[in-house]
Amino acid sequence: MKVRILVSFKDSVLDPQGQTVKNALLTLGYGFVKDVRQGKVFELDLEGVDEAEARRLVPEIASKVLANPIIEKFSWDILP
Amino acid sequence: MKLGVVVFPGSNCDADTLYALGGVLGQEAVYLWHKDHDLKGVDGVVLPGGFAHGDYLRSGAIAKFSPLMREVGEHAARGGLVLGICNGFQVLLELGLLPGAMLRNKNLKFLCQYVTLRVENEKTAFSHLARKGQVLRMPIAHFDGNYYAPPEVLDEIERNGQVVLRYADAQGRLTEEANVNGSLRAIAGLVNKAGNVMGLMPHPERAVEALLGGTDGRVILESMIRGRAR
Repeated sequence: MKVRILVSFKDSVLDPQGQTVKNALLTLGYGFVKDVRQGKVFELDLEGVDEAEARRLVPEIASKVLANPIIEKFSWDILP
Repeated sequence: MKLGVVVFPGSNCDADTLYALGGVLGQEAVYLWHKDHDLKGVDGVVLPGGFAHGDYLRSGAIAKFSPLMREVGEHAARGGLVLGICNGFQVLLELGLLPGAMLRNKNLKFLCQYVTLRVENEKTAFSHLARKGQVLRMPIAHFDGNYYAPPEVLDEIERNGQVVLRYADAQGRLTEEANVNGSLRAIAGLVNKAGNVMGLMPHPERAVEALLGGTDGRVILESMIRGRAR
């Protein structure tokens, strides 16, 4: 089973990298871009766990290791 | 005082720190390998600068799972002194021994330069040889030194007097330019509530000899060595 975890800054945290990307897009003429938030993507290939276990373990991995809950949030999906 | 300098794969200020504590300040200083479960009977622990485990996930994020961190946590819980410098500060934040987190510097640049810092609390175990308001000059070298904590946490650490150092100009004034990395409340160094764990982004171990540009870093290291403020 493969899962994809998306980690990004909480809305309350400034994201200077996202801001820089946004400014670049505006400079290129994409004036309709209102905001950019940059994040990280992790794809985990899991072996020997069923979906119920994954629903317990993936958030544990994400909050303990992949994201720092003080500044980051995460979401995840099982990949088809 | 017997001091231990923790070595992670990717630490690169460990030798400087050992030299500053041992060679310059005359203490018994030993390396502590991150994979051991042995503090070698030290009185104080220093987490040095560098890029522990490459900092690949986040600065300090993998280092917090190093075996020795269990002993460091227990040492801190017993009231033992722990000082985290630069990457060591980031590790202490990831470990939860200090509140908050680090974001990338506001200008997205790796900053390697001297900064001036204002002493906010001169009564801690790491600053009692300083005067309140004293301006210290030390180098910084980091990418992620933009201190962040939620507003209620910031208010709490201010109330508790946990902020030890702020980025300030040479006259000790807090200005936007002086706050080079964009840290909230210009925080450059802070202690935990109990006062026995400190983290700071500037490098005191690189400022212990006039030949190398200044000796202001001694204030922090010698405060730690000479014991707690009375």
